[in-house]
Amino acid sequence: MVRARGLWKRYGRLPVLQGLDLDVARGEVTAIIGPNASGKTTFNKILLGLVRPDRGEVAIDGHVLDGHSAYRARIGYMPQAARFPENLCAQDVFAMLADLRGRGTARDEELVEGFALGPVLRTPIRVLSGGMRQRVNAALAFLFRPDLLLLDEPTAGLDPISSGTLKDKIRRERANGRTLIITSHVMSELEELSDRIAFLLDGQVRFTGTQGELKALTGEATLERAIASLMRQGTAGATGDAPDARAGRRTNEPMQEEVA
Amino acid sequence: MTTIAKIVRYVVLDVLRNRWVIGYALFFFLVTDLLLRLGGSGPRALLSLLNVVVLLIPLVTIVFGTIYWHGAREFNELLLSQPVERSTLFHGLFAGLVLPLSAAFVAGVSLPIAWHRAVDGQTAGLLALMLLAGIALTAVFGALAVLIAGLVDDRLKGLGIALGVWLLLTVAYDGAVLWVAMTFQDYPLEGAMLALSFANPVDLARVLLVLRFDVAALMGYTGAVVQRLLGGTTGTLVALGGLAAWTIVPGLFALRAFKRRDF
Repeated sequence: MVRARGLWKRYGRLPVLQGLDLDVARGEVTAIIGPNASGKTTFNKILLGLVRPDRGEVAIDGHVLDGHSAYRARIGYMPQAARFPENLCAQDVFAMLADLRGRGTARDEELVEGFALGPVLRTPIRVLSGGMRQRVNAALAFLFRPDLLLLDEPTAGLDPISSGTLKDKIRRERANGRTLIITSHVMSELEELSDRIAFLLDGQVRFTGTQGELKALTGEATLERAIASLMRQGTAGATGDAPDARAGRRTNEPMQEEVA
Repeated sequence: MTTIAKIVRYVVLDVLRNRWVIGYALFFFLVTDLLLRLGGSGPRALLSLLNVVVLLIPLVTIVFGTIYWHGAREFNELLLSQPVERSTLFHGLFAGLVLPLSAAFVAGVSLPIAWHRAVDGQTAGLLALMLLAGIALTAVFGALAVLIAGLVDDRLKGLGIALGVWLLLTVAYDGAVLWVAMTFQDYPLEGAMLALSFANPVDLARVLLVLRFDVAALMGYTGAVVQRLLGGTTGTLVALGGLAAWTIVPGLFALRAFKRRDF
């Protein structure tokens, strides 16, 4: 579904992506994990065309991103902290996006109902609480039945009930064959939801594989510990005294060899 | 309806709920009303108003525009993750800035004039020209604001530059022109003066009115020169062309910056 090759991006002097390669399979939930500033959000934004890579190529469903926007009709995006036009209400925003996508766009209002957004749909977004905005943000990502969903820290700021509602929705959409890319720091959540893990460090993918493969590779029982182990090895690798060379493998090398 | 028109609709909806724009309309309403009450006849009141217009429209538009463009990040991120081209969004946002400000100005000035029944044959022509000049200034300073905000990420720095540009074009410029005229008074300066007045959109807006009415004394030095050199219809068309260029050129640079930007 998504194929990224050799992505480089720097903001001023700060290198963010340094030759990132990643494949995301259709119909799966891929979790992108990495320390702060490892390039997760930048990668999402490159998929959306919000950020342009300095070098490299991204294709979504075989369509190479070239600055045109039509492909985005099939993407739903939930940014980490959504910003909405302050004076508009959620209903205006939903109507505006439906309007821009053209008539006859099928709508999925399951989350609008699940989050009980009905009573606040006509309230200006600037007076909504942070959690309420985040619910609007989530509902919006799923609203137009996208094939590919990019969820950046989806449950941050949501109360446990809303968080549960969202996770249930993610599972249902996966069962419906949608492709999801989730970035999060909540490992338990990713352990619950994801099929595959992509571990980013210093703007490169250092590991991709299933959760089982990752756990086997690191010898850890939980995703959280396995990731912590990868991060430690990655940091050690950066200082040149990595005792274990297995972390640091590139994406396209088969993990089976490692596990075996 | 085109995508641009759809974007404009929602941006205008957002901007019209902003108290700034309402206050701006109210200000013109009160000033026009006051001038009509104090100044008596329509044309004289309008000429006093013109001097407020050429200072205030650039100031409010460039300040509001710079803040607006920085604030539009909300629309940017939201709409650019939809199937919307960057150039479409840019044009929608620009129209969403210029249209409500122009409408506020036009309504603020026209309503008291209609209320006082201050329109006769001459006033109607003058009023139409002044409204045109005001709208043109809104477009020009809107484009400058969008360019400044597009190039300077820091809000405060952008605002500082915007204020500097306003001060330069409205206050400092005429002083500098006058200084040039005094210093080089022994030389033939008409051509140079004409060029100088085209290098400043505020002067061009003044010129639009000077050409139609014998009010050169009120309109600064460059206005008088243009009246003498171009006069009449040619002058009006050339001044309008100049104002259009002052909108389009900064606008194109701003569009280029917008297309290359990371959001």
